[in-house]
Amino acid sequence: MDFLRKKIDKLKPQFTKGGKFEKLQSVFEGFEAFLFVSDKVTSKGSHIRDSIDLKRTMTVVIIALVPALLFGCYNTGLQHFRSVGTDPALFQAFWFGFIKLLPLIIVSYVVGLGIEFIAAQIRGHEINEGYLVTGLLIPLIMPIDVPLWMLALAVAFSVILGKEVFGGTGMNVFNPALLARAFIFFSYPGWMTGDNVWTEGLTKGVNVIDGYSGATPLSMLATGDVSNLPSFMQMFVGTIPGSVGETSVIAILIGAAILLITGVGSWKIMLSVFAGGIGMGLLLNAVSVNEYMELPFYYHLAMGGFAFGAVFMATDPVSGAQTERGKWIYGFLIGVLSVLIRVLNPAYPEGVMLAILLMNVFAPLIDYYVVQANIKRRLKRAKVTLNTGVK
Amino acid sequence: MPGSIKLKKGFDIRLEGIAERKIAGTVSPALFGVKPIDFPGLTPKLDVHIGDSVEAGSSLFHDKLQPEIKFTSPVSGKVVSIDRGDRRKILEVVVEKSGNSAVDFGKADPDKLSETQIKEVLLRSGLWPAVRQRPYHVIANPNDHPKSVFISCFDTAPLAPDYNFILENSSGEHFRKGLKAVSKLTKGKVNLVLKHGDAGNKVFEGIGGVEISYFSGPHPAGNVGVQIHHLDPVNKGESVWYVNIQDVITIGRLFAEGIYRPERLIALTGSEVVVPQYYKMVSGGSIAPMLEGNVKDGGLRYISGNVLTGTKIERNGYLGFYDSQVTVIPEGNYFEMFGWALPGIGKLSYSRTFLSSLFSKKKYKPDTNFHGGERAFVVTGLYEKVFPMDIYPMQLLKAIIAQDIDMMENLGIYEVAEEDFALCEFVCPSKIEIQSIVRQGLDLIRKEMS
Repeated sequence: MDFLRKKIDKLKPQFTKGGKFEKLQSVFEGFEAFLFVSDKVTSKGSHIRDSIDLKRTMTVVIIALVPALLFGCYNTGLQHFRSVGTDPALFQAFWFGFIKLLPLIIVSYVVGLGIEFIAAQIRGHEINEGYLVTGLLIPLIMPIDVPLWMLALAVAFSVILGKEVFGGTGMNVFNPALLARAFIFFSYPGWMTGDNVWTEGLTKGVNVIDGYSGATPLSMLATGDVSNLPSFMQMFVGTIPGSVGETSVIAILIGAAILLITGVGSWKIMLSVFAGGIGMGLLLNAVSVNEYMELPFYYHLAMGGFAFGAVFMATDPVSGAQTERGKWIYGFLIGVLSVLIRVLNPAYPEGVMLAILLMNVFAPLIDYYVVQANIKRRLKRAKVTLNTGVK
Repeated sequence: MPGSIKLKKGFDIRLEGIAERKIAGTVSPALFGVKPIDFPGLTPKLDVHIGDSVEAGSSLFHDKLQPEIKFTSPVSGKVVSIDRGDRRKILEVVVEKSGNSAVDFGKADPDKLSETQIKEVLLRSGLWPAVRQRPYHVIANPNDHPKSVFISCFDTAPLAPDYNFILENSSGEHFRKGLKAVSKLTKGKVNLVLKHGDAGNKVFEGIGGVEISYFSGPHPAGNVGVQIHHLDPVNKGESVWYVNIQDVITIGRLFAEGIYRPERLIALTGSEVVVPQYYKMVSGGSIAPMLEGNVKDGGLRYISGNVLTGTKIERNGYLGFYDSQVTVIPEGNYFEMFGWALPGIGKLSYSRTFLSSLFSKKKYKPDTNFHGGERAFVVTGLYEKVFPMDIYPMQLLKAIIAQDIDMMENLGIYEVAEEDFALCEFVCPSKIEIQSIVRQGLDLIRKEMS
């Protein structure tokens, strides 16, 4: 440990202004901060500081994503082997999926962090930790067959136009991970919709057995194919085609538990997204005119990216509502809109992504009205004092 | 209990090194310092030169903008140095103690004095700065008429001195006299705020003419700003004044004995103090004598005040004007490998992201390390959990950073002080210097309004 520390201290001058590698200062400092928590001490204000920092916060989110990631690996393998008509062993399926998923994760991190490093150097800031989470979220909401160049392009788009132009982590309007997905959804719709992209190898169609359908429950419903819908239990466990990390509600709920126990994720947003989804589902059940609307309301919570979006996407503190009262409204409307878009707009089978991005836009407006209520309360109090003449 | 207010938001930071309820003795340092930097927004103008002889109560410097506000020597002796910082800013005026002479301000019964007479004595004796005001959390403007006066009778800050213990060991007569004098400063109510369940102190028996309220809850329930917010909030154009309880006693002594003698009980606290206990000392004294042989080895941070809002001083530095506490904690200038990734069994945190959160009764000995680098605002909803006011802390901070005067006003800047934001600063994972931002905002709006 001391050896490493000495090495860093020796190298440091070359990476500071005037040194040989001054252009890599941010990168160097980023790695240094990764290895060692800085020796900086307080000088003004509070003399002691909480042990938590953003690295810790982000690490907790990454840990919470691990169950979904592991299950995503397994399910990727499972779906592949099913499509070629074999029944894999647990580890075989997992390993297959892991090997397929790894390039996606690597591309996501290399491209995203690369841009972050450059942006940090230009601004002369330290490197932000925000992308550590985004970089893992993006592969988890992609179809496994997405081409790597497309993924790289989507990541570059979301990081540069979604985040860096606004000033980096903490300043962005949209959830960067969802922006990457939306980019592919609108630019290359063939790779984000349909029945073939969700299972590894299906787009090439080699060795696929007859009768295997890679359709997700949502696309089945969008095309009116209700009879082949997997059971609720299958959707809850997650052994169905879908984006890598979104299929297993159980894995997501374990992640949710980690976020809630540590207090890193907002329980208000999670709860209200589910409440909104249930509310809208019940409403549609009540006024149902077709089979999709008749679908039991709780199916919506287990299908597609609803649970994943509620737990990992809607709870992004930067792009979501920032006031506590606002969070209730924000989450509830995400739930309502998700189900509404799914059921009433067959062109967009997955409503969660669009619902969250739309509510990202409205979050500042919600906050505005919540804060205005506080301001009005204060003004009213001042007027009451003036009128009664108490001084 | 009547008028009891229960606060839920906040956080009690449990630290090692609370002062035992025992007075170790009286310390008489040789050097005393009066520090203009203890008074935010003050432009000092010197009244003495190096080598001048002064008595207790002689003016050392005064406020350039309001010359009637004087800052006087706490002891008699000789001015030995005037330390300056950047741009010749006066940091401290140091007096070497000799003799016991004091300026005679005349004994008087505050009951028989008018408001103007009381103000005049307080201003002349150098005790006026003990009276502070919201808005801006600065020395009260003597030409104002506050709608009420507040005295917080307990402190919830980490390792804070126990005011009940201090009252038991101070003159009840002085306290009552001081209270009478302070009462004359307003036509409105004088609010004594006690900790819920703390009615037992004899000093408060039979006190008339004051309104007693009770507060309970975690820190910052003892902050006078929080109490004002809940009992008599400050609107635009109004002001509320407040005085520390030990200063009330000093004011009482001024009227009882006719001299300025700011002697008080100081809690020496912190994990690096061998025997944390109380000392009797005149305000402004060097802390070196009480630390003699009573602190542990290693790089140490000496704080006049508590760990959240206190001022960093040297080992031979001087106790701040408003402080009743000295805290000594370890410095944190070391690198910690993978510090952010460790399970963190012994780590102090408000969050539940470290294993230490499983042990709720454990006491900590944190150091001065930042535990991270400064970032933009990311996490939301966290400040609100430790900020027991009907104010949006993050929105207000952003308005201050943007220098949006209207928005600062709308969001309640008149009600807050940097100390109310101390816990926000402590818990902030983005390591933002929140107290400095609040002070900048207060200074800005004060300038704008004058």
